[in-house]
Amino acid sequence: MIDDSKPIFMQIAELIENDIISGVLAEEAQVPSTNEFAAFYRINPATAAKGINRLVEDGLLYKKRGIGMFVTHGAPQRLRGARREKFQQQFIAPLTAEASKLGIGVDELVAMIKTGSDT
Amino acid sequence: MSQSTAIATRELTKTYKDVRALDNINLDLEAHRIYGLLGRNGAGKTTLMSILTGQNYPDHGTALIFGHEPFEHDPTLSRICFIRESQKYPEDFKVHQAFTAAAMFFENWDEQLAQNLVQDFGLPTKRRIKKLSRGQLSAVGVIIGMASRAEITFFDEPYLGLDAVARQVFYDRLVEDFAEYPRTIVLSSHLIDEVANLLEHVIVIDKGRIVIDADAEDLRGAAVTVTGEAAKVQEFIGAATVLHRDGLGALSSVTIKTQLDADRREQAKLMGLDLSPVSLQQFVVRSALSETATATGEKTEARS
Repeated sequence: MIDDSKPIFMQIAELIENDIISGVLAEEAQVPSTNEFAAFYRINPATAAKGINRLVEDGLLYKKRGIGMFVTHGAPQRLRGARREKFQQQFIAPLTAEASKLGIGVDELVAMIKTGSDT
Repeated sequence: MSQSTAIATRELTKTYKDVRALDNINLDLEAHRIYGLLGRNGAGKTTLMSILTGQNYPDHGTALIFGHEPFEHDPTLSRICFIRESQKYPEDFKVHQAFTAAAMFFENWDEQLAQNLVQDFGLPTKRRIKKLSRGQLSAVGVIIGMASRAEITFFDEPYLGLDAVARQVFYDRLVEDFAEYPRTIVLSSHLIDEVANLLEHVIVIDKGRIVIDADAEDLRGAAVTVTGEAAKVQEFIGAATVLHRDGLGALSSVTIKTQLDADRREQAKLMGLDLSPVSLQQFVVRSALSETATATGEKTEARS
């Protein structure tokens, strides 16, 4: 949900991106309106609009005049590609840093990941 | 002044005897936005709102509402609704009579909205004003403020006596109704964390001066608290502006005014430091308000 770590419009954009990646919002599906987002998250409607507009600028959503916002065809693939690029920095780097602090070697780490992904 | 300017003040100054309640206030408030007017008791919030609503006048400077001075200017006053912290209504009126009176004054009055809010707050409309509890009186004010749908609505600490549930009802209905009927709303509040997400723009006033006038989104993430080993925290923050400092033995927790990019966050992680967000309330308290404590509770009623 919404927290204080960064501007709310960015958080709204990320929430929608997550829903697109996970398939909750399918390609060509209609996205809730600005006012629905505002009411649901209890935020200023202008802020919600700013978050949605950012995704429109990025080409992930598009507007059908008089109807609403929809997920662009191909948006999930594009988002996944962008997230993969960030994966190394966001997840692998802190993981290896913590592992080396604890004296966990690369082989052991790999083994742990394998065990973890089996469950 | 642009077409969308709702309120403009220039060099607005007001002095009561030896107290400068407002000191050279220059503000531009755009139409169709929700503003937070924040500050401590006695900071000048109520004085400012009284002048903007024509219930008081400045010693110096101007305040224009849609281009007009509001004082004794009926066409302008009819576009404004001001709900005070301790709003007075005729004591012998029944609640529904207070609403009828308001409906006659505010041309955009929405009776259906008023009825819905009466239900939401569980307000007894046949009871006389003098028999209402403090919270029920506040509910009357909130309902009039919202159902008036005035082009500019001022809420001055409107929630006295309202419990957390009732306040949430107020915030929820405000967002819903504002989304459908955009207008200019100025919300004065001590409960900054409660209203933070509703605000588009934040004005903080301290000792009669404007100390923050910024979009809420620009303030969010404008500061961060770094916690960890004191020496490492110091190394990490370098020359950043320190808003607050706490220490516990070798542990140090320092709030700095800076926006950290991904690389800096990564660096903090590698140094074993914790980063935690700073709420709007913390930011306002730490960065803008004078630290001398005052007795809580009482508020000088005589200022207006």
